[in-house]
Amino acid sequence: MPLDLAEATAADIAEAAARGETQARAVVEAALDRIARLNPLLNAFTNVTAERARLRADAIDADRAAGKPLGPLAGVPFAVKNLYEVKGLPTRAGSKINRERPPATQDQPLIARLEAAGAVLVGALNMGEYAYDFTGENVHDGNARNPHDPAHMTGGSSSGSAGAVAGRMVPLSLGSDTNGSIRVPSSYCGLFGLKPTYGRLTRARSFPFVASFDHLGPLARSARDLALAYDAMQGPDSEDPVCAGRPVEPTLPALARGTDGLRIAVAGGYFRQGLTADAQTAVERVAAALGARREIEIPEAQRARAAAFVITASEGASLHLDRLRTRAQDFEPVVRDRLIAGAMIPASLVSRAQKFRRWYRERVLALFDEVDAILAPVTPGPAPRIGQQTMMLDGAEIMLRPNIGIYTQPISFIGLPVVAVPVPLTPLPIGVQVIAAPWREDVALRIAHALEQAGVAQAPKPSL
Amino acid sequence: MAPKDPLDDFITATADALALPIDPAWRPAVRTHLEITFRLGRQVEEFDLPDDAEPAPVFRA
Repeated sequence: MPLDLAEATAADIAEAAARGETQARAVVEAALDRIARLNPLLNAFTNVTAERARLRADAIDADRAAGKPLGPLAGVPFAVKNLYEVKGLPTRAGSKINRERPPATQDQPLIARLEAAGAVLVGALNMGEYAYDFTGENVHDGNARNPHDPAHMTGGSSSGSAGAVAGRMVPLSLGSDTNGSIRVPSSYCGLFGLKPTYGRLTRARSFPFVASFDHLGPLARSARDLALAYDAMQGPDSEDPVCAGRPVEPTLPALARGTDGLRIAVAGGYFRQGLTADAQTAVERVAAALGARREIEIPEAQRARAAAFVITASEGASLHLDRLRTRAQDFEPVVRDRLIAGAMIPASLVSRAQKFRRWYRERVLALFDEVDAILAPVTPGPAPRIGQQTMMLDGAEIMLRPNIGIYTQPISFIGLPVVAVPVPLTPLPIGVQVIAAPWREDVALRIAHALEQAGVAQAPKPSL
Repeated sequence: MAPKDPLDDFITATADALALPIDPAWRPAVRTHLEITFRLGRQVEEFDLPDDAEPAPVFRA
């Protein structure tokens, strides 16, 4: 049976390419056709690199014809959040201001590593301005739209990264996650998303937001595709001082090992409060499928979220201070106002937050003596409608934007690896965080794969 | 005359000190965000840490 190129995972495509059952060029042309057809509705792509993609695909097909071995991602189309440097494009980072920059002269290293594994870059993706966003709304490039209901948000700030994969334009994308910007759109759009350990994947030549918390990582429609991409992207990089000097630790060989022997608990207390019924259902389903009956308290999670909020506002403002002085009117208003407020935070407060961060890290790491993974909600509920300003939590109406990330911020605050797994509820999916100890992406990916095999986690197909 | 609000005074003084222009139309939103940040910041300040607590980022020469 011919491969359904819209539904095919990255693994399906690479296997078919290796067997000679499909040509990289045909896969790329099909992706470009889907982008041309669907992007006017979903607004996931800001740039399509069609010419480059065709050249790359032809080179892969030529390699195969010459009998050369193909990489583990041969022929897989992918796209990246537009804060990654892409040779020939200005790195706009969702902003009006940055698109005046000269075109990048090199690709961000993770793009190069994926292409070395055979993947084919087809474009750059919409995002919330300067990544200070959880909604996917953008006044400069237009709002990204959720493939499961275009009246709803994709989530952000990796909005196009989620819309492009959930909308079946590409099977794989790269995003960034400072406080939840891979996990939130994965939850809203029904995808698997990996935020690796802080320092695991190089951030060189990506436009930063908050140096203390910035991570890069993949989004896909299967746990196997996350593992394939993650394994291809690991490794040190002297260009990023935060990137760890650890060797590549492949996760794919043990992906299907199952969850026997893993001690999995559900986060209690703070992570049980303020959930919608959908978010509760999702966590319960995942916990039941894994036999995770133990509840564990992540100490001081609410304070951790507060400290993350303070550091984010301050470091983000510091990054943009000169632009706030000279180009304030060119920012998205909701981003500008938060950054101006962030510039006014006393340094003494930020220093306290960083000291608390170390205290919190030590306490949370001690939990991993008792468990291998912790389950927690990603978002308080499924995707809100575009333009929505408030949401209901525990019977009270609260501001939407500052509260979407309340369950993700305490985790990225200390750089723990997380796989967001999609639970296909109707009418909209919602995610659950599978949180592991530092450098144990393999554990989170194994659990995500087991949930997928059990049919509990699944990237639902939108009716586009 | 309404009493002066310390937070409004703080915004004015800090904006001046940082040479950060703020359009009057933006001030209500800036004030709201600053209020939220200080409220959350109090949660951080209230937590008792020892004097020798190290911040999370440690530079190694």
